[in-house]
Amino acid sequence: MTLFLYYPSDMKYTSIINNQTIPIGQIPLVSYDEFYELNAGFITDSPEKHCVNYFGYPIGERIKLICCIADDLTHEINVSTCLVNPQDELTSLTSTLFCFEKFEREIHENFGIMFSGHPWLKPVRYSHNRKDLSKTIAGYPFYSIDSDELHEVGVGPIHAGVIEPGHFRFICNGEQILHLEIQLGYQHRGIEALFLNKSKLAERVAISESIAGDNVVGHTLAFSSVWESLCGFQTSKEMNFSRTVALELERIAVHTGDLSAACGDVAYQLGNAVFGRLRTPIVNFLQEWGGNRLAKGLIRPGKNQFPFTGELATRLLQVLDAYEPEFNEMNGELFRMPSALSRFERTGTVSEETARSVGTVGMIARSSGLSRDIRLSHPHALYGEINHEPVIKHHGDVYSRLQVRKEEVRQSVRYLRDLMTRVPECNTNTQPMGQTQPDSFTLSLVEGWRGEICHCAITGTRGELVMYKVKDPSFHNWLALALAVRNNEISDFPICNKSFNLSYCGHDL
Amino acid sequence: MLDHIKIVYHQGKQFIPDIKTAKVPGIFRGRPEISLAKVNESELVDLCPLNAIMPDPIRLDLGKCSFCGECARQFPEKIQFTTDYKISVNERESLIVKEGVNEPLKINPDKISRELRNLFRQSLKLRQVSAGGDNSCEWELNASNNVQFDMSRFGIEFVASPRHADGIVITGPITENMAAPLQICYDATPGPKIIILVGTDAISGGIFAGSPAIDRSFLDRYHIDLYVPGNPAHPLTIINGILDLIGRK
Repeated sequence: MTLFLYYPSDMKYTSIINNQTIPIGQIPLVSYDEFYELNAGFITDSPEKHCVNYFGYPIGERIKLICCIADDLTHEINVSTCLVNPQDELTSLTSTLFCFEKFEREIHENFGIMFSGHPWLKPVRYSHNRKDLSKTIAGYPFYSIDSDELHEVGVGPIHAGVIEPGHFRFICNGEQILHLEIQLGYQHRGIEALFLNKSKLAERVAISESIAGDNVVGHTLAFSSVWESLCGFQTSKEMNFSRTVALELERIAVHTGDLSAACGDVAYQLGNAVFGRLRTPIVNFLQEWGGNRLAKGLIRPGKNQFPFTGELATRLLQVLDAYEPEFNEMNGELFRMPSALSRFERTGTVSEETARSVGTVGMIARSSGLSRDIRLSHPHALYGEINHEPVIKHHGDVYSRLQVRKEEVRQSVRYLRDLMTRVPECNTNTQPMGQTQPDSFTLSLVEGWRGEICHCAITGTRGELVMYKVKDPSFHNWLALALAVRNNEISDFPICNKSFNLSYCGHDL
Repeated sequence: MLDHIKIVYHQGKQFIPDIKTAKVPGIFRGRPEISLAKVNESELVDLCPLNAIMPDPIRLDLGKCSFCGECARQFPEKIQFTTDYKISVNERESLIVKEGVNEPLKINPDKISRELRNLFRQSLKLRQVSAGGDNSCEWELNASNNVQFDMSRFGIEFVASPRHADGIVITGPITENMAAPLQICYDATPGPKIIILVGTDAISGGIFAGSPAIDRSFLDRYHIDLYVPGNPAHPLTIINGILDLIGRK
């Protein structure tokens, strides 16, 4: 659906809705000063607004900056642009608003633009196409401390468990963490450049499936939505149905797995084993449906590759009937066991104020009292019909984050049960996709299990991709983890880290 | 305490008793079979987003395949994916399935040293290195040790340090930024040691093959003991592959 809205000529930005394509020329081009005032004003004035994406791309010798601020009340996204020279020194938004911290570092790393007043303009991921290739990942400028009392602890990039790589550098006073700096980039595979270099749609889908293998549905759905919007393709009721079911199944599977891992980190073997095994029927159902336990191959742009049939609905209800009582039984035990609760409560706290100031999203934001949920604020697929109510907790500690998971699983199970009563007729007729519109801008937001995934695409004069930007929710949330562990014991770091379960590859791209 | 016993009772026995004959539920895209049917070869070859299909004769490279099943959907008379999950091999060429040859993929025992089997048959400790892996194969490696697949019953476990390991398991296409840490980890592992590649990304680079952000030179330097294909590899593929490698019946 393409909406052409009228704006007066003195408008400094344009407002779009989720999955809307507009001509790139419709976004007003303003000076950096105006751009700065505008976007700083959005964030400062209203807590319902948050930055969902901010990036640059080259136009000839100059860099075009695009900032997308979502307004959760009006369900719109305010997009503004400006054109700057790479040699320019720009006033940093981060100097007052930390939610822009990583976005500005990324722009600095990619194009060399200086942001004056940025408190730590350090590299983000050492991308292969960064401006300064003389800087390499082994030489990351960590904060260090000159003290006889304090010591530093370095962990990673390879960790003790079977997980992705990243480096954590702690500054500790005895067992107490004073400061944590998280350095990522080890997983950088050049995803965004590959989107442009690979020309076949099937290749681009394969890339989107590999952005974060634990969030396949979310990222593939974001890519598909971008592509369908660019091609002016209307998704059918059945497609929206399948996608909503897949997204909620993914949420149940990962949240269950996270509860298992949290039990493991506090040495509670029974919880670890039971939640771990409860994940299996959910991922096995994804395999029964689409042939892959992590839903790779399930979602494709413009197609309902694996229609959700009545038989699958019956099967899913059986799976949920077996899953739910056991899930509830295990939760009942876990959340009244003093030895587990004492590790969860008041550990790794993120206050609501911090959560807002660093711009957290998704379930991490909701664990700290922020109502941030794309399913409610910028609904896609069937979420407009579901009357979704975000699960919100207020303590911002490990306990809250686990509670959010528990309740979101229950909520997703309820949604799925409700959806199974109205499985749409299978319609295998696929419409042709059409061509991507030239000189256009599209933005897609999807609430994956971690939080909002944002994909943006810009096309050139022949409809070819000139920019593809991926933002995983982890991009916002890593800083919140670094702040959460301050003044905690270093031995509580694993449980804090697991309660966030952020993506390394989604961040590094 | 009583509640715990109740939960244990409700859970019952969860482990898969026979890991070698277990059936996978629903549709599963395992070892493909390619018939001799005549199809438009160039269309078929062009279809694959990962360039895993080669013409004349038609061959499908499971080291490159993402198991998306698009070829079988478009050319069902030519390619069918079976539910055979035992597709781990110890020679790279064995991953290439040729048309008309519909046989199980096998580990070549002649290429496995006696030392490896003598030392590791009863106990194999592995260090996992994710080098640009998208966390899907890492998930399945973790799942291999859950209470259902229970790989540790065979003495196969993941350990926290390369110093404690008998080999390394690599996932992901090996990014430039992980090349040096991977080398350090391998060097820190005492010999004799093995290398296992899990997943399409690790075996061939997958969709990332040719990306300037990856550096696969590590793989040119060492002998690879086991290739475990899949996107991600299924726990049954992983466990059966390792069992065949170390010669556990």
